[in-house]
Amino acid sequence: MEPLLELRGVNKSFGVVHVLHDVDFAVYPGQVTALVGDNGAGKSTLVKIIAGIYGRDSGEYRFDGKQVEVHGPRDVAALGVEVVYQDLALCDNLDIVQNMFLGREETSTFGLDEVAMETRARETLSSLSVRTVKSVRQSVASLSGGQRQTVAIAKAVLWNSKVVLLDEPTAALGVAQTRQVLDLVRRLADRGLGVVLISHNMTDVFEVADRITALYLGRVAADVPVKDVNHSQVVELITAGRSGDLGISENPATATV
Amino acid sequence: MTDTQSASAASPASSGFDNDNVQAATIGDSAREYVARLRGGDMGSLPAILGLVFLFIVFASLNDKFLTTYNMANLVVQAGSICVMAMGIVFVLLLGEIDLSAGVAGGASATITALVLIDYDLNWALATLAGVAVGALIGLVIGSLVSYLGIPSFVVTLAFFLALQAVPLKLIGSGGSLRFNDPVLRGLSIKNVPVTAGWIAAIVIVAAFAALSLWQYRSLSSKGLVHQPLGLVVLRIVVLGVIVLGLVALLNANRSPNPNFLEIRGVPWVLPVVIGLLLFWTFVLTKTRFGRHLYAVGGNAEAARRAGINVQRIRIAAFVICSSMAALSGLLLASYVGKVSPGSGGGNVLLYAVGAAVIGGTSLFGGRGRAIDAVIGGAVIATIPNGLGLLNQASYINFLVTGGVLLLAASVDAISRRRRSSAGV
Ligand SMILES: Nc1ncnc2c1ncn2[C@@H]1O[C@H](COP(=O)(O)OP(=O)(O)OP(=O)(O)O)[C@@H](O)[C@H]1O
Ligand SMILES: [Mg+2]
Repeated sequence: MEPLLELRGVNKSFGVVHVLHDVDFAVYPGQVTALVGDNGAGKSTLVKIIAGIYGRDSGEYRFDGKQVEVHGPRDVAALGVEVVYQDLALCDNLDIVQNMFLGREETSTFGLDEVAMETRARETLSSLSVRTVKSVRQSVASLSGGQRQTVAIAKAVLWNSKVVLLDEPTAALGVAQTRQVLDLVRRLADRGLGVVLISHNMTDVFEVADRITALYLGRVAADVPVKDVNHSQVVELITAGRSGDLGISENPATATV
Repeated sequence: MTDTQSASAASPASSGFDNDNVQAATIGDSAREYVARLRGGDMGSLPAILGLVFLFIVFASLNDKFLTTYNMANLVVQAGSICVMAMGIVFVLLLGEIDLSAGVAGGASATITALVLIDYDLNWALATLAGVAVGALIGLVIGSLVSYLGIPSFVVTLAFFLALQAVPLKLIGSGGSLRFNDPVLRGLSIKNVPVTAGWIAAIVIVAAFAALSLWQYRSLSSKGLVHQPLGLVVLRIVVLGVIVLGLVALLNANRSPNPNFLEIRGVPWVLPVVIGLLLFWTFVLTKTRFGRHLYAVGGNAEAARRAGINVQRIRIAAFVICSSMAALSGLLLASYVGKVSPGSGGGNVLLYAVGAAVIGGTSLFGGRGRAIDAVIGGAVIATIPNGLGLLNQASYINFLVTGGVLLLAASVDAISRRRRSSAGV
């Protein structure tokens, strides 16, 4: 299968700190790709490069089989790539509808078209079977962590997006809300979107992911279908960079920094 | 409301949305919701309105001249320049910034306008334009320094507060003053709208507000979207109607101290200017993308940036608007006193405006505020020196009271912010 979004040979440094080394990363339509790795492995950095927030030092950015130039969040959004950040990035003083349309408000001759926006926001939320919010006009500050996550995800799929990246969407959630978000993640992939899930929770990863990409100290240690690996292998890939015949062959500790 | 339920049941959007409340069902429910919001720290303009009522009761009981129509008209004119500057201040407060130079920017702009009128004999419109252009330029420089260099606005505008005082001092010379007697500009404060025109304008405003509110109610409720109960919509229309028509009736009565010799009637021209600016900026803040982005940047600048909003441009625009409104306010002040002097716009002019915005309900922490806050707060602030002036109090009392009121408003703001974050409203 052709990847929808693909990075090839990406390098990224912050000053003298070399954070990503020749990273290849692919997202396939209809699949959940889990991006795993220890704290500081470079997951969020990779996501921000995909999102256009950080530039790359080298490497290719490919979308739908073609190389593309991206220079900022707008270019990436135009491709149909949406990101749900680790810190969510919602405006607490705005309501759900206003947040979902932020930066892409619909207008009519009389200014902002609240009717159109609220209608579309409702349609999107109900198509995701979101039933937990009391009113789409309540301010985001009044929502629980899971509800905020849901709004952030709904915002990402509002735009007929093709790829959605979620940075630790369940990290701060309780059992029931984690359940809801994971269901939502699965539904997105079942609709044919390419989904990237960053998570430290292996149970979650094994539950919803189709592929696993493991990062170790800024390098790709493995990129495998979930059915080919087990729990402990993935943990080894994350903590040591290798597991049996999988993983990085050279000693990465001397190769990095 | 049964009609709403059937309407929303028919709409496709409501299908998977059983828990979603489209509206508070009755006025009683919305009253309870309102009380809950107040408890949660979302006070809006309520403290200002209560404060205004309190001040009116106190001053009226201490001095029987306070409630005369003559003094009320005077109060309207005095409040005008405060409200206009406060409206500008709202824009920078929305971003969590501050502009300490707005007062003296108004003074500098008024100096330019007065000089253009005197030296070049230009007409009032061009002279006004020149003053506002000076304001806009000041805002552009401040905004760029804040936004591109990242200097805290407190420091940049403090520097401008000091530096801009040089402009009138150099151009007018210390101890001097420029006359400000252009018939139109001076007339804003000393002339009145013809009585019939005042009535017509008032009726048009109330009718337009009623039509718009009802139209909005219908289009939202028929599509099954969130809307207020009809009773509340009607209540708002009635309240606005009473205020607008009552004010016009008051100002259209003969307020001459010697009614037998002289007739003074009509709405002072300042009021339509303030109302026009209020309507314009309310539209900008609530109905345009620019306005939405202002709130977003004030609420979470990083989220706004990631949503593709040009945060730096928004920030600069807010300072440009603030200083331009300060220029207009400076003109209104000059129009009220009839001259521009090197001290114009200094003193407590800025403090009044910031106080007005904050008392009206605009947060010092960014993300919350409306243009109407500036007008309601401006009325409160203007009432203090007006009432104290009638009581022949030493002027130090005035400073103490105004400073106290500002501190009180800021405390209300800070406390309600704390409650908001714990109640999550
Ligand atoms: N803006 C930055 N400037 C300098 N160094 C950075 C910057 N952002 C990230 N880094 C460094 O890059 C490395 C990777 O960080 P990143 O946030 O991508 O890790 P992560 O895999 O998302 O970790 P976590 O699981 O904790 O979220 C870290 O060593 C971090 O210190
Ligand atoms: Mg991270």
